[in-house]
Amino acid sequence: MRRRVILLLLVAGLALAAGTGRARAQALVADLTSHLVAITTGFTGTSVVLFGATDGIGDVIVVVRGPERDMTVRRKSKVAEVWINTRQVTFQGVPSFYSIAASKPLDDIAPPAVRQLHQIGLENLRLTTEAALSPKETEEFRSALVRNEARAALYPPGVGQVSFLGDRLFRTDIHFPANVPTGTYLVQVFLVRDKAVVSGQTTPLVVSEIGLDAEIHDFADRLALAYGLTAVALAALVGWLASLPFRNA
Amino acid sequence: MDVYLPIAAVSVDVFVLLGLGAAVGFLSGVFGVGGGFLLTPFLIFIGIPPAVAVASSANQLVGASVSGVIAHWRRGNVDFHMGAVLLIGGFAGSAFGVWVFSLLRRLGQVELTVSVAYVVLLGTLGALMLVESTRAMLRRNRAGAGRRKLHQHMWIHGLPLKMRFRRSKLYISAIVPTGLGFVVGILSAIMGIGGGFVMVPAMIYMLGMPTAVVPGTSLLQIIFVAANVTVLQAAGNGTVDALLALLLLIGGVVGAQLGSRFGSRLRGEQLRALLAIMVLVVAAKLARDLGVRPEDLYSVVPVGSE
Repeated sequence: MRRRVILLLLVAGLALAAGTGRARAQALVADLTSHLVAITTGFTGTSVVLFGATDGIGDVIVVVRGPERDMTVRRKSKVAEVWINTRQVTFQGVPSFYSIAASKPLDDIAPPAVRQLHQIGLENLRLTTEAALSPKETEEFRSALVRNEARAALYPPGVGQVSFLGDRLFRTDIHFPANVPTGTYLVQVFLVRDKAVVSGQTTPLVVSEIGLDAEIHDFADRLALAYGLTAVALAALVGWLASLPFRNA
Repeated sequence: MDVYLPIAAVSVDVFVLLGLGAAVGFLSGVFGVGGGFLLTPFLIFIGIPPAVAVASSANQLVGASVSGVIAHWRRGNVDFHMGAVLLIGGFAGSAFGVWVFSLLRRLGQVELTVSVAYVVLLGTLGALMLVESTRAMLRRNRAGAGRRKLHQHMWIHGLPLKMRFRRSKLYISAIVPTGLGFVVGILSAIMGIGGGFVMVPAMIYMLGMPTAVVPGTSLLQIIFVAANVTVLQAAGNGTVDALLALLLLIGGVVGAQLGSRFGSRLRGEQLRALLAIMVLVVAAKLARDLGVRPEDLYSVVPVGSE
């Protein structure tokens, strides 16, 4: 793995040295060591390396967004000595995973307006809701959503490190936890110079179940009734088999 | 050793699942209750999404109950006639229960309803059983082996449509077990359980069945109720994780066999007292949780996942 990365970096470096003309046309080149995160039966989380090159000195910000889904946030309050869900708000288009990495602290690289424009950082995620709420309440529900996703390890806290090798080559590790949702992810790479985004690139990354897990999931999706009947038959079979050794007891 | 569960979409330690399965299987073997009321909360606790926990518990119950019924049947402790009558009510009840469940879901109060239902039901049953079994134990110690009535006569024994249940030594109206099956069917659909902990005391106190045939007969009807729930959940919600259920089962079937052997060595009233204490502990824990301020007042779920 490590060897392959070094090799790729070397190739990227050589390409850069050989064809400065081409590199100028493309201010930013980046790729992943793998475009597929395969979830197998033994999956406990994994890392993918993003590497790339810029056409000169600059800072790099990497944002990873999981497939979007709608999320319901509920608030409990105490009614007659019992905690009950009393309010609920649904947010549309919430990324199921969000992580960020940068070559320097974000405040030093990009001003808040730039970060807001490109949705860089959890506080700049554009989460919309149709619920009629006061701005204060919206903010409470919004931060509760982010807090809960962070607790589930789906919004890793802080900003990861993008490290430069020299002025032009960079790399960063993107870590995915064991409970990473499946689907198509977008890895956005921003090149920032003089507090402005001068170039960007978006690379897709697929997180998918592979092997036995994929087959079970696929079966359960496509032939739900047959899957249910099979699950029952299998359970009954195991129950019967297990009673055999105790037959003469 | 961690294993990734395809439908639950989380990875969990295999040995935790095997151990949990064995513990719940043991209880099911001893008392003839499925153990769903313990299994489901524990699965949620280790990070399985609630909807998947409920549905997969039902799936594992099928296997555990088959294993348990075979063990009891070998000792002649299953009343198939009674089981069939209970089931007729059970299927009707679970169909009605599924309808009630979808109504509660629209109101957004499933979680609360389930918790309150557990507390009320477990608390009442546990207290009643504990009082009765303690009395029985005291009576036995005081009076020695005096002759007792087989069962008490109540108003329910005056109902029409009488049927003879040879294995249970009963001649009672078929309306009673059918009605019992119906009520338990509703509960299993709403609470995601086999309903053994309601069924077992009701069989003993309401129907007046001999304690020895109760676990086997209760498990017999749980097989079918759980199978029904599994298929409905798989087809309707896609929340059955067969891999999770199988891992729980491997531990569970061994536990169930050992449990049924252990249970046959205990006297009826001791068995009932133990079950009562366990049921009361769970009820107390759930009641406490209802009143304790949650760590985070806000909770988040993907739309359409429950």
